[in-house]
Amino acid sequence: MNDLYIVSFFASAILNSSPLIIAVCGETLTERAGVVNLSLDGSMLMAAMSGFIVAYEMDNIWLGFFAGAAVGAFFALIIAFGSIRLKQSQFAIGFVLTLLGADLSAFLGQNHTRLPGPSVAHLSIPYLADLPILGPLFFDQNIIVYFSFVLVAVTWWWLNRTQPGLHLRSVGERPEAAFARGVKVNLVRYLYSIVGGALVGLAGASYSLGIKIGWSDNHILGLGWIALAIVIFGGWSPVRGAFGAILFGVTKGLATYLQGTFPGVSIQALNSLPWILMIMVLILVSGDFTERLIAYMPQSVQDPLRRQLRLAPPLALGATLDEE
Amino acid sequence: MILPRWAERFWPVVPIIGALLFIIALLFLFGADPLESLNIMFLKPFENQAKMLSVMAFWVPLTLCALGLLVTFTGGLWNIGVEGQMILGSLGASWIALTVDAPAFVLIFLEIIVAMLAGALWGALTGFLKTHGKVHEIFGGLALNNLASMLSLYLIAGPWQPPEGGSFRGTPPFQEAALLPRFAESRFSPISFVLTILAIGLVFFALNNSFWGLKLKALGKNARSAFLLGVSSERETIYAMMFCGALAGLGGAVRVLSWFDSLRQNISGGIGYLAILVVMLAAYRLLLVPFISFFFSLVLNGSLTLQLKTQLHSSLGGILTGVMVLFILLFGEASKLGFRKEVEKDE
Repeated sequence: MNDLYIVSFFASAILNSSPLIIAVCGETLTERAGVVNLSLDGSMLMAAMSGFIVAYEMDNIWLGFFAGAAVGAFFALIIAFGSIRLKQSQFAIGFVLTLLGADLSAFLGQNHTRLPGPSVAHLSIPYLADLPILGPLFFDQNIIVYFSFVLVAVTWWWLNRTQPGLHLRSVGERPEAAFARGVKVNLVRYLYSIVGGALVGLAGASYSLGIKIGWSDNHILGLGWIALAIVIFGGWSPVRGAFGAILFGVTKGLATYLQGTFPGVSIQALNSLPWILMIMVLILVSGDFTERLIAYMPQSVQDPLRRQLRLAPPLALGATLDEE
Repeated sequence: MILPRWAERFWPVVPIIGALLFIIALLFLFGADPLESLNIMFLKPFENQAKMLSVMAFWVPLTLCALGLLVTFTGGLWNIGVEGQMILGSLGASWIALTVDAPAFVLIFLEIIVAMLAGALWGALTGFLKTHGKVHEIFGGLALNNLASMLSLYLIAGPWQPPEGGSFRGTPPFQEAALLPRFAESRFSPISFVLTILAIGLVFFALNNSFWGLKLKALGKNARSAFLLGVSSERETIYAMMFCGALAGLGGAVRVLSWFDSLRQNISGGIGYLAILVVMLAAYRLLLVPFISFFFSLVLNGSLTLQLKTQLHSSLGGILTGVMVLFILLFGEASKLGFRKEVEKDE
């Protein structure tokens, strides 16, 4: 691998993981408000399908993105309504929607498979794209990549530096206390379910309009589940989530590269890599293992390390609040 | 809004009718004749013995997985890993079928035992990840499903490939003695049907008449109080996962030994995930599971027939079952939608 190859390798890893970053930001917002949208795999498929068909029929990719976002928001709304208003299990509704999204997208998209369609144009940012290394990595991409990075920054800022963000976190951590202070807990949850769902929908449409262009049965099956896992191993932080998504993209790319270079290595072993990595990271961030490891460290770094590594979910995640 | 008593009694039918209307609308949208299509999906199979046997052959593994899931759901566990447990069962049975040479009944006995052990092992792994690694069973299970599927692809393309070279589609057909005896040239094996009936009895006993079932219920209702009362949540979690894994593994064995005659790509066919919907539609009640499972098998096989006849995508069956479960979750109880019960008047 020469230097040029390494740069283009990472540039394509970043491009391929950008929709995942968008989905991870959306789901992080939803989960930080205390709602789990388990339907990601199904809603992203639905959004990818509707995004492509709308863009194809209207010959306008922006309408496609809009359609994807609307579908994602609608799926999220079903989950929010079912859990907040009807007190049903979020997991149950989310899981049904996951399977339903796969089947429904296959059926509704059956006349639009394998068609050449519109796609997002490449967009170099003048001057910045000419920077060595950083240029090709971050500024010689398409709008999806730029949007995903801006989104990470905005999500972080919104969560940690604004008052609505404070309300959002309070609703996910201590809904009773937030309610007592006058925050409309369920309204906030509806809102961030819908916003998060819309972002997940954008992510789905980003695949069919910019990364894996077009539509076919089960076009992006499995990626929604990966996004859900990345939210966890990003510790419900958009910044760490983005790193997780890129790490996944890099592993995936590495698998393809190694397969080309060492044909003896089995492709299945390489494709298993992200999943094995996922389990190991999940054990690392949620098991007792980390705590034991930290105990060996010098006293002075223990607390900062713990703060960095102990990634607890929002306390009220998945729990509903009766406002009456 | 007040709902009259007769309307309340018939309310559970409303989501089902809603789901049917949804499907009819979809059929209209794609220019198909709804009545004719539904007829092909629901009624035609009953006139045809071969179709019925195919439905029953699909029913067996689906019901086995659903039975296992009843146990894990009772323990409060979301065992999405059932899909991978089934795949491991297929691998276990295939391993014996491809490597052991023995009389048919010994071979079949061994295949079933190894399949159940393999499924139980995969279930135990998910349980262990949950209890000792604090990895939620949904994600542990999902990762293990993918790993199981990679493992089967590796075996098909590598060590178990046909002698004429890997086609990546499947292993060579197993020796005749390794296959379950099948009924009248169909994919349905009476032995697997009997085993499923036995499994229904076993799960009924385990959940209703055993101390273990009681502990599981306690665990599922409130893990913390169960722990304070001396139920070891770690041990019961792993046992429940193993129980489900063993039944799913048996289902996987049936897939390779009677539905197919070899290990194929995508051997599970999503049956594990479907079984989760079956259990939800059956409202977690054991006695409903075999019937709901039959309904699923009927619709899913029917939609394949429909695709052959009308070119409509076969995902229609999955849509119907999915929408039905969704509507029942959302609109299943009239009282939650803001309808009130008619007040009973005192005489």
